[in-house]
Amino acid sequence: MKKNQNESLENQDIEIRLLVDAIYQKYGYDFRNYSQAHVKRRILNRFNLSGMKNITDMIHESLANRKFVDQILMDLSITVTEMFRDPAFYKALREEIFPLLQSYPFIKIWHAGCSSGEEVYSMAILMKEEGLYERTQIYATDFNPVIIKQAKDGVYPLNRMKEFSVNYQKAGGKGSLSDYYTINSGDAKLLEILKKNIVFATHNLVTDSVFAEVNLVICRNVLIYFDRYLQDRVIKLFVDSLPEGGLLCLGSKENLQFSSHYHEFNPLIPKEKIYIRKYLL
Amino acid sequence: MTYRKQYKAVVAGASAGGLNALKTLFRGLDEQFDLPVIIVQHISPNAENYLIHILNEFHKLKVREADEKEVPQNGFAYLAPPNYHLLIEPDHTFTLTIDERVNYARPSIDVLFETAAEAYKDQLIGIILTGANNDGSKGLKKIKEFGGMAIVQDPETAEVDSMPKAAIQTTVVDYILNVEEIAALLNKLARG
Ligand SMILES: C[S@@+](CC[C@H](N)C(=O)[O-])C[C@H]1O[C@@H](n2cnc3c(N)ncnc32)[C@H](O)[C@@H]1O
Repeated sequence: MKKNQNESLENQDIEIRLLVDAIYQKYGYDFRNYSQAHVKRRILNRFNLSGMKNITDMIHESLANRKFVDQILMDLSITVTEMFRDPAFYKALREEIFPLLQSYPFIKIWHAGCSSGEEVYSMAILMKEEGLYERTQIYATDFNPVIIKQAKDGVYPLNRMKEFSVNYQKAGGKGSLSDYYTINSGDAKLLEILKKNIVFATHNLVTDSVFAEVNLVICRNVLIYFDRYLQDRVIKLFVDSLPEGGLLCLGSKENLQFSSHYHEFNPLIPKEKIYIRKYLL
Repeated sequence: MTYRKQYKAVVAGASAGGLNALKTLFRGLDEQFDLPVIIVQHISPNAENYLIHILNEFHKLKVREADEKEVPQNGFAYLAPPNYHLLIEPDHTFTLTIDERVNYARPSIDVLFETAAEAYKDQLIGIILTGANNDGSKGLKKIKEFGGMAIVQDPETAEVDSMPKAAIQTTVVDYILNVEEIAALLNKLARG
């Protein structure tokens, strides 16, 4: 029985690799170096919901039906996010990082893997309150076109605002979060003035290249889904986007410790995973 | 049979009442116990990881939070961080994810056990301790299917018996023991 188990595991893994490969060849979305166990769980979830007989059927369906691929894309995206997620991180930005930026005539920020945008609007609010927003340009990118559309809209279910408000207060918010949105039939719509200096665009960290030099890269809770090889590749993108003294912010469970680019950064606020690009002498 | 030690890792899942059970388990382990112990204890999403501090006082095993991409080392125990699922990759490294809850839980015991079963196959020991739901049952079944060992805390001795009971109903487990006996058995298995 054990032997059968091992063999069917092997076969299943082969089928999943073929599916991932088919999606890459046909659509260019490259999940080949995402964390294997994670990709497998998500694909098997979809498989169980699909009612198909085997994973090979999913390959056929993916090649023939773009909608099905969009679904898989969603499954693999994990778009879970919130405003002021990890309030202590935003507090550190406000109290320790922004003072460093005060002297800059112009500030450029890249939110990579911004999902539906909550994190980006949090940043905009923070910068407004600290008087930095007017001279800031934010690039907010994600590879998932559906989620980027939602980010652009900036409309969130009203029932989430309570949780977001608590985060905002913990992050040292100076007013009330409700100052920044209007209510419309059960939804909260973030104010247009927050969007003024934000550009939302699709960008794939795996297959696209650097597009601008920025002072601050924020890429939180994205790298955890990548294997070490891919993490290294993406961190190289960030290295190439940041000048000396530029800042990189990762998610609370991510770190550069195992990266081959570790030596290019110094930890600035280790607890909040904020790193500074080293000055080369 | 060879004399090579069969087991490479231990996974354990606990929910309500878990702290006491884990303390007892750790207290019972040999000083030289050296298999990595990987643990999911259900815990509130915002909890500071006080569990780590407490458990560190109970044994020479060094207890810490599992980091992504880390390879489990002998002589260490790892706890899944609050609000993240902990997965084991085929190369045995840890992956952390925030996809949706499983059995209302994140971290979920099933997620750890199912991925660990595939990664360690017959070299894995799985343990279900006290708890108030049925998380871990499916995972323990999978560990058995891949030839690993399944151990469940005797429901009679558990602070909350639903989780051990559910596990016993789902799988023909190898041992049903109180926590002190589980520790003694682990010592024996680790010695090989
Ligand atoms: C868990 S969300 C993180 C959202 C936000 N940064 C936060 O921390 O709350 C992960 C996001 O990464 C995006 N993502 C995954 N792979 C990507 C890739 N190759 N390129 C760009 N974005 C990617 C997903 O679409 C998803 O929106």
